[in-house]
Order: sequence, then structure tokens, then C-alpha cells
Amino acid sequence: MSSSAIYILDVKGKVLISRNYRGDIDLGVIEKFMPLLMEKEEEGLLTPILQTSDCTFAYIKTNNLYIVSTTKKNANIALVFVFLHKIVQVMTEYFKELEEESIRDNFVVIYELLDELLDFGYPQTTDSKILQEYITQEGHKLEIQPRIPVAVTNAVSWRSEGIKYRKNEVFLDVIESVNLLANANGNVLRSEIVGAIKMRVYLSGMPELRLGLNDKVLFESTGRGKSKSVELEDVKFHQCVRLSRFEIDRTISFIPPDGEFELMSYRLNTHVKPLIWIESVIERHAHSRVEYMIKAKSQFKRRSTANNVEIVIPVPHDADSPKFKTTIGSLKYAPEQNAITWTIKSFPGGKEFLMRAHFGLPSVECEDTEGKPPIHVKFEIPYFTTSGIQVQHCYLELLKLQ
Amino acid sequence: MTDSKYFTTTKKGEIFELKSELNNDKKEKKKEAVKKVIASMTVGKDVSALFPDVVNCMQTDNLELKKLVYLYLMNYAKSQPDMAIMAVNTFVKDCEDPNPLIRALAVRTMGCIRVDKITEYLCEPLRKCLKDEDPYVRKTAAVCVAKLYDISSGLVEDQGFLDQLKELLSDSNPMVVANAVAALSEINESSPTGQPLVELNTSTINKLLTALNECTEWGQVFILDSLSNYNPKDDREAQSICERITPRLAHANAAVVLSAVKVLMKMMEILAADTEFCGGLSKKLAPPLVTLLSSEPEVQYVALRNINLIVQKKPDILKHEMKVFFVKYNDPIYVKLEKLDIMIRLASQANIAQVLSELKEYATEVDVDFVRKAVRAIGRCAIKVEPSAERCVSTLLDLIQTKVNYVVQEAIVVIKDIFRKYPNKYESIISTLCENLDTLDEPEARASMVWIIGEYAERIDNADELLDSFLEGFPDENAQVQLQLLTAVVKLFLKRPAHTQALVQHVLSLATQDSDNPDLRDRGFIYWRLLSTDPAAAKEVVLADKPLISEETDLLEPTLLDELICHISSLASVYHKPPTAFVEGRSAGIRKTLPAAKPGVEEPVPEATVIPSQESLIGDLLSMDIGSTIPQAPVVQPITNVDLLGGDLDILLTGPTPDLSGGAQPTTTGLLGDIFMSTTPVKFNPPKTCWLPAEKGKGLELCGTFSRRAGQMAMELTITNKAMQSMSGFAIQFNKNSFGISPAQPLNVGAVPPGQSLEYRLLLNTSGPIQRMDPLTTLQVAIKNNVDVFYYACQIPIQILFTEDGSLDKRVFLTTWRDIPSANEVQYTLNDIKGTADMISNKMTQSNVFTIAKRNVEGQDMLYQSLKLTNNIWVLLELKLTPGATSATLSLKSRSVEVAPFIFQAYDSILKV
Repeated sequence: MSSSAIYILDVKGKVLISRNYRGDIDLGVIEKFMPLLMEKEEEGLLTPILQTSDCTFAYIKTNNLYIVSTTKKNANIALVFVFLHKIVQVMTEYFKELEEESIRDNFVVIYELLDELLDFGYPQTTDSKILQEYITQEGHKLEIQPRIPVAVTNAVSWRSEGIKYRKNEVFLDVIESVNLLANANGNVLRSEIVGAIKMRVYLSGMPELRLGLNDKVLFESTGRGKSKSVELEDVKFHQCVRLSRFEIDRTISFIPPDGEFELMSYRLNTHVKPLIWIESVIERHAHSRVEYMIKAKSQFKRRSTANNVEIVIPVPHDADSPKFKTTIGSLKYAPEQNAITWTIKSFPGGKEFLMRAHFGLPSVECEDTEGKPPIHVKFEIPYFTTSGIQVQHCYLELLKLQ
Repeated sequence: MTDSKYFTTTKKGEIFELKSELNNDKKEKKKEAVKKVIASMTVGKDVSALFPDVVNCMQTDNLELKKLVYLYLMNYAKSQPDMAIMAVNTFVKDCEDPNPLIRALAVRTMGCIRVDKITEYLCEPLRKCLKDEDPYVRKTAAVCVAKLYDISSGLVEDQGFLDQLKELLSDSNPMVVANAVAALSEINESSPTGQPLVELNTSTINKLLTALNECTEWGQVFILDSLSNYNPKDDREAQSICERITPRLAHANAAVVLSAVKVLMKMMEILAADTEFCGGLSKKLAPPLVTLLSSEPEVQYVALRNINLIVQKKPDILKHEMKVFFVKYNDPIYVKLEKLDIMIRLASQANIAQVLSELKEYATEVDVDFVRKAVRAIGRCAIKVEPSAERCVSTLLDLIQTKVNYVVQEAIVVIKDIFRKYPNKYESIISTLCENLDTLDEPEARASMVWIIGEYAERIDNADELLDSFLEGFPDENAQVQLQLLTAVVKLFLKRPAHTQALVQHVLSLATQDSDNPDLRDRGFIYWRLLSTDPAAAKEVVLADKPLISEETDLLEPTLLDELICHISSLASVYHKPPTAFVEGRSAGIRKTLPAAKPGVEEPVPEATVIPSQESLIGDLLSMDIGSTIPQAPVVQPITNVDLLGGDLDILLTGPTPDLSGGAQPTTTGLLGDIFMSTTPVKFNPPKTCWLPAEKGKGLELCGTFSRRAGQMAMELTITNKAMQSMSGFAIQFNKNSFGISPAQPLNVGAVPPGQSLEYRLLLNTSGPIQRMDPLTTLQVAIKNNVDVFYYACQIPIQILFTEDGSLDKRVFLTTWRDIPSANEVQYTLNDIKGTADMISNKMTQSNVFTIAKRNVEGQDMLYQSLKLTNNIWVLLELKLTPGATSATLSLKSRSVEVAPFIFQAYDSILKV
């Protein structure tokens, strides 16, 4: 288990702030981190875990900051990484942006947070909503000393008691992305739907919610096998959902946290017909120019419409002087991303659109070879999910409305 | 206003200035000053000189200020231990503060100050806080016990904190339970005896399983990790634990999922694999493992390293999930490389077409390391999935046509392996390979190419020219290439002696005269002498058939794999090394092994084991470099004794089978038995010794020894009644011991009349409770009769724990020997050795020490032997014998080296007979 110390470093490896939890490793050991990282990177053996004779470093990188954990023991490394990402999440929720400046501006609170997040290397309270109730940036203005919210040690550690709204509201979104791998002949090799149900909850007290999906296992067990249902291959729930209850009768019951959160995510391995199919012809004339011909075809019903379609086409990083031609939508070249973005506000079903682009290439060829990044397509179709998943009901029971 | 202003201070007299500000009467000023001090501390300035002034600010009702002062104390107390004592009073007072936040803060901080003098004062407040009414304080105090244990383990044990911690396991608050579990696990792991100080039992396990549903995600990880150390007492318990843990697989936190997988993998080991329950469990494991691949890249990396282990242990779980391991273009390189490894492990005839088309795609990527590995992977597929070999070879040829330097080199290295695996099948491509000769600049590729030329010299018309061109730069070549060149030229000469004599003389003189590499010189001389004395023999030696190369090249050794499965989601599982390899000292913890399957599920143990033929091991020992040639050693037919026969005689001669009616039979056969034993090599059992003399046993005398016959352990007892009246009502009980030995049956002895003695064979098994004893082989026994209960301790001769399946595969032996660090090697000199190596080997085989191979090196006989203990500890041995000498050197390697002295003792006693 256990991190020995946590450091936040800038991109050059300078320590911005650190907290020693166990005192079994000299804090100065961090001096070795950056040189080791560079060495491994050069050898092409970079992994998120670096080993020295004194300790093991586990690190993540975010916004040009390294968050590093050290350990001398056989730590639960999965826990360490999940926790490091959690630190970033908590601090981002506290300071909007976790970066060098926000760390200097808030070092007192960060020390307080580090003290509360981890004890002797064991993660404790990491829910930023709850933390914000007793670790505040304006701490010194409070005349009354803060008390620990009951939630810190409660079974419901993600929601405080006594929340009140004049208007009780719940919003629910199902967002799905399709990961699809096709070969050059256009055959789909692999397709997978990754979906998430996101909620925004503004309810008073300790509400009990129950959510009903057209879950195949549930439908079959309750004799509704013939209705349209979806087989969820793997479901992951927010910690508020009672997992054992779900295991027994597939009921999704929970006391939600306050505000916005991701209730669940799921994955399906069903073969789907791509909703928007892209064909591309790329002609590269070395040392002079590269030409793109992109065809986008919507393969869903005519009465539906996809909104905010964004097609991101990667281009060589040394391309210049872009020229575009299209019948619909707008085009933008983003040199910093080495890509062009083709935006179509509204894309009706059963249509086909074409776009041509032309770039100049320098006569001197760049030495590093480039990878072959794929073309990305992003869009929304209201009231439609690829998987066919539906939220059938959401029962709500408001308890303790004081 | 932000905190960044505190970082800017005037340079001159900074410390002095801060000092006066700290002593300012105004609260606000004070706090500002402390913040400045902390800011200086953050940027690495030494502000320890302000210690007394900062500590003075400690008594404040401002929580924020208090926290800052505490932080300062944690950082500097160690450098100012004498002054730190000033803070004790405030700490003790704060532990009684009405605000639980402050009580917890005080006890948490105090535990972090690693100064002995302070620690003394910590005990009383800690004791109170462990019983605090507020769960927040209790959960903080629970962790504090672990902190204290780290500073002074004696104090924790003396003050009874362990018991208090144990009580917290039944706390009403799930977070308190979780932290108590975390603290206990930590304490158990660093226990100096290597034995857990607090054992989990069924009722605590139930409490933990209940708390699991209610505590935070982190608490769930603590609980699951500690559950993974528990060995359930039977199938039913294991099954019910599994049922209650399975829902955790749907948790959004990857650490919770992996820890749950760990517990389930361990429990499945106990349950019979063919049951419906286990099958269902296996099915449930796949989806969450796959979903871990959509987490953050670092978590994916940990997951992939673990999946690599899981796939080796249970290949079925993910066999249909090949596609999810296809790399994504934006995966970090470390994720890509791990995915490739798993793709090869999962490759089978069913999915090979897909895998190959993916790999071919990868081979045209931009990242050099990734491309290389992809090319290598194609080669491994060819070797692993035979029907695909042809397709793989043609893919490799396509890749060679790309002329990308590193792709070509990598392809040639793997093609060499394919040639070895499928001789006389793909040689038609040799000409294509030869075209690329000039582009090869890496030693491994050059060596591979030279090997190919030598091996197929008869088919390559200009082989002599090709090799000659290599010889020009001979002194500059890498040693690996030089060795290959030498062998290849000799092969060429033996195959086409007509025009190659000059060439072979040239290379031999280069190797023997101009080189200062002893390996090269030695090999040169061997060839030279072979060729000059007996060319026919040389041909037989150099052109002998090569041993097959195995399909799975980098499988982990089974015991290591089992150990790593117990460490899923920890660092060990990422390094693929046991914790002892990278954690120092006692904190490495107890070696974990998977629980053995319950008897009945176990596969039948073969009655007699034939010593494996030796030539292939010798081949491996010699061919550390690729493709060297191997003498075809005559297969030595080992003389095996039929264990059954030995066993039967033993029973007949050393004592009658126990009479269940309890009728006593006098012992008569000792002498005859001895004579017989010395002529027929039967298994050695230590002679009986007196365990309980009559004066201590109120007239009951107990002599005994241990034996093992056909896999059955037994305690051979001679019960003598030296008292005046008859004895009856016998019963026996064993204390917990290192190997879990316990009686397999009740002591079924009837009445023993005065002056009579009785033989009894008590069958034993190893399913009893385990507790490490010192010395390891100590067994404490209680025996009861109508007179009293008597206690005695005896030593278990370790050889009765050698199992019948202790023979390692040669290859596994070799890799295991190399993998075990040299720190785990122990040497011992055996004295008074009689007999030849074969006789010794036979004697040892009787006691389940198996000879894997025998070699003769410089007139000394080397025996490679292996044995396995009932608790799955493998021991590897090398016995060096000089014919005629009476002493021999025994080298032992094992992951649990503490068994070494007992093994040596066993050798001594077995060989003495």
C-alpha cells in the first residue's frame, strides 16, 4: 500500500510543493527523478514507474506538472495511480486550473488538503465537495471554527446532510462514443460503444433514487424478454450506487452526490453500422503538395439529424498554405494540432457531403517520420443512442426534508 | 489577495525579521509570519532556526494557524529533537479539545513526529483517541497505531494497542474499520518474526465483508487487500467470500476492481476448477479486466502487466478478447509494448489471421522500439502457432523487402528461430536473406545470419565467400558474432571440405592465437583437436541434431507466478519480481503463495519418476549463445527403484501394520530390517528416537520417527508402558507448525498392558494450521492417556515433506536457477560421502530428491537436483562430486532460503546410510 511522500514538480523537475507522509525516504531523493526520467525516455524505456536503488517513483503528468509518489514498499500501485489522478481532480475542482501559478497562490490550502487526502500514505477523504465544507480557501474569515462534516465518516461519504433547494431538479444525459477500427478496405475490424450516464442533481435532503434501464438481464429475469433491450457487457458505477443490490436484482439504487457527476459507464461490443462514414483519398506529392478528398456520408434515418458534426483530419506538421473547397459547413486549419476541422452545423440522414483540401509541402523533407493518426468524427443526435439504451424511469424518494 | 505574496521577502536579515514578526502580539501578524515561514520552507530554505518562535504560536484557537505550525513541526522536529519536547504539552491538550477536528489533527501530527521523546507521551492520548466518541478521531487514531509501530514496535505490543486495534475491526463505523484493517495489514507485514501478529478469523472476515459495502472506495481497497491474505477454511467459505466480493468488479475505481480480482483469483485456486461456480466466476472476470483498458494510461499499464500474469495463470479467461489488446495510435509507448506481449500470449489458431494483419500494420509504424517488438512478435507467432508459420514467414519476407534497416535485422533474428523450429521447410528464402548481408550492423542480427549460413552451408553456393567476407573484420566483431563465425566455418568445412581448408585454418588461428576471449579460444581449441584427431567424431559432434526450441519463451516460473498472483495490483505484479527482490529488510513481508487445492482435486501423483534423459539439458547449458553444436550424448538409462517394492519391504520388516483392535505386538524385526536395508536401496527413514522418556511420561515411554511412503506421511510410534497398570484412552494433538502437519486420523490405540510396548503408524497430512516455528521443523505434540496429558517437541526430518512431484522440467530448472538471485544461494560441504554419483542420485530419488541432469566437468560429477516441499517451496540443488573424494560441495538455491540448513541435514542423513 502506501505512498511515502507526494511531490508536485514543475516541468523542469523543480519541487513546487511536497508532503512527507512516512519519513522512511529522504525527501531529497526527488533530485534523482528528472535525470532518471530523461534517461529512460532517451532509451525508449519510459514507463510511469521508475525504480532507483532507494525507492520507486510513480508519476503522472498533467498541465506541465508532474505529480510524483515515492514508495519503498510493495505498494498497491493501482491505488497510487488512481489516487494521483484523484489529487488532480480535487485540486482542479478547488482552483479551476491546476498549474504552477495556482499552486503558489494556494499553498496553504494545498498543505491542508494534502493533510486530509492522505494519512501515513493511506488515502482518506477525497471528495472535493465534502472537503470544501471544512477546508476553505477563506478559512481565516470564519469566526466559528469549522467542524467535520458528518459525511467524512458516514456510510454516505459523498453527500452532506441538510442540503436545501427551493426547486428540486434532476437532469440526466446519456452520452455514447463509438470506437471503431476499420481497415483500408473499409471493413470494420472492431467496434465498441462506450457510454456514460451523467446526472445533475439539485435535490434537498437525502434523496433515494432508483433508475430503470432497458437492461437485457433485468428484462429476461422479469419476463419482459421480448421488449427491446440492451445487453450491457460491463458496467461501472459511481461509488454511491449499491453494488450488492445491483448484483442481486439489477436495481440501480443510490443516494446521489450533490451537483454534477457520472453515475455509471458501460461498454458494449456490438457491431454497429457507423452513423457517419468517412472516405478519404489522400494524394501526397513529396516535396510539393498534398491533396485531400474527404467524403462524409450519414447512414442513419432520413428524419433524424446530426448536430454539430466535427470532422478532424490530421495533416503533416510541415504543411503550409491551406486551400479548401466544400459544399457545406466551414473549415478551419489548426496548425498547432496539425489538423483541419470541418464543422457541419446540421447533417440530415441519408446525405453525402464532399470536401477538398490542398496544402503545400516544403521542398526539404522533415527528418522525423510521423505516425498515421486517424480521422475523428464528433456529433450529437438528440434522443438517440447507438446502443439503443433507454432510461425508462427514475424513481425518487425525498427523505428528511427538514 | 493570493498566497504568492508570502514567497517574496526581503533578502537581508530575513530570519531576523521573521523572528520579530512571529513574536508580534497581534494574531493576524503572527499568522502572516507563520505563512511566510512555511513559504520559505516550501521553496527549500532552511528555517529551522525559528523553531522556538514558531512553536510559541502553537497555542492558538485559530485552526488554520494551528495546522501550519503542526506542519512546521513535522518538518523540523527531527532536526531539533530537544526543542520539539516543548510542543508535547500542547499536543496532549489538543487531544482533549472539544472539537474533534483538532483532536484528530493532534493525534495525526504527533504520530508523524519521529522523535523518541515525543513518542513516549503519545501513548496516553492515543489510547483515549482510539476510544473517542467521534469516528473521525477513531479512524485517525487507528492509522496512528501503524505510525507508532513503525517507530517503536515494542511500545505498540507492550501497551496493548494491537488489541485495541483489533477491537476497532468491530467498530460501528465502516471508515474506522477500513483504517484499522489498513493499519493491521501494515503491522502484520512488518512483523519481525515474519508471522502475522493478528490472524484473521471467520468472524472478523464477516465484519470486513459487511463494512466493504459501506466504506469509501479507498477503504474498500484496504479491506480487499487484507482479505487476499486470508486462507478460508473450506470451499464453502471461499465460495461465500467470492459471492460477496464479485459486485466490487462493477466499481468505477480501478484499484477496487484490481484488488477484487486479486481476491477472486486466489479463492478460485481453492475451489475446484471444474465446478460451475468457478466457471461462472471466470466469465465474470473478463469484462472488468477489459474495461480497465479504458482508464488512464498509467492505470492501463498496471492493468496490462497484471493481465499478463492472469493470462499465464488462467489462459481461458481472456482467450476471446484478443481484439481489445490491439494498440491504439495514441497509446503511450509503454502501453503499446505491453499490449503486444499479451497479443502474443493470446495468439492461437483461431485468431492468428487477425493478429498477423495487425502485427504487419505495426511493423510499418514510426516508433522504432515498437516496430522491432512487432517484428519479433510475428516470429513468435510462427513458432507458437504451427499452421500459421508459413504466413508468418511470408509476412517477414515482405518486411525484409521494405529494406528498413532495423526491420530487416529484427526479421533475420526471428527467422533464425523459425529455421530451428521447422528444419528443412523454409530454406528457400535463404537467398533473399543473403541479399541483405551488407546492411546488418547489429551483433544479434549478424550472429543470426552467420548461423544461418553455417547451418545451411551446403545449400548456399557462395557460403565460403560470404563467411570469408565476415572474417576480414573478425577482431572487431562482437564476441557473439565471433563465436558464431567460428562454428559456422567449421560446419562449412565439415560439409564441404573440398575448398575450405584454408578458411578453417584461418579462423582457427584467429580464434586461438589472436583473441584474448577465453570462450572463443577454448572453443577454437576444441574444434582444432576434434578436427585433427577424428574428423568423423567432429562431424557427429558439430552437426548433431539440435534440441527443439520451446513455444513459450518467456513464461514465468510457476512458483513465482503463483506468488505474483497473490500480489496482483501491487508493484511486484508490475515488476514481475517477488517483493523480496526490491523491498529491503523485514518490510518485505511474508512470502505469499497460493493456497494448495484441497485434496481430492489434486492430480494423482506418479508412483515412480524416471530421471529425464540428459542430453537436452547439457545442450542448453552449452548453448547459451545461439546455435552452438551439441554432442549427441548417449542416453543413460537410469536405474529406478520401484518405490512400491521398497515401501512394502519396509512395512514388513520394520514393524507390523497397526492392529486396530489394539493388540500389542512386541517388536522383533529391528536387526533383520537393518541387514535388509543395507542391501536393497530402500528409502531412508531416520531411526526412532526417544521423544518422551518414561520418567517424564509417568511411565509412558514414547519413541518415534517420521516416514513417507508413496506420498503418505506418517509418524511411526513405539508406545511402551513402563508403569504398573494398563494404559488406555490415547489421543494425540499437534500444535500449529511451519508446514501445517496434523494427524490424518485419530490415534487408534487400545489398552497397553504394563511392561508391553506397541507399534503404531499414525498417518499425517498437511492441512493443519500454519505457524512459523523456530527452528522451522519443530513440531510440538500433546499426547493424552488415562493418566495425564504429556507434551513433547520433536524435529520433523524435512525429507518427509519432499513431494513425489518434485521433479522440475530441465528448462524450468535452468531458468529458475538463473532467476533466483545469488543472495539466495547457500553452499554446504557434505562429508563422508560414499559411492558414485549414480548411487547417490538413486538414494536421493528414494527420498523424492530428483536428479534433473548429470554432467561431468573437468573430472567432477555435477548432479542437478530439485525437490518440492509440501507447501510448494521449490529447492534447486547442484551437487559437485569429485570421484574418490569423501567430501562434496552442495549448492542450494531457493526463494525461501531459510529451509537450507534442514535440506543439508537431510542430505547428510540420507547419504550416510
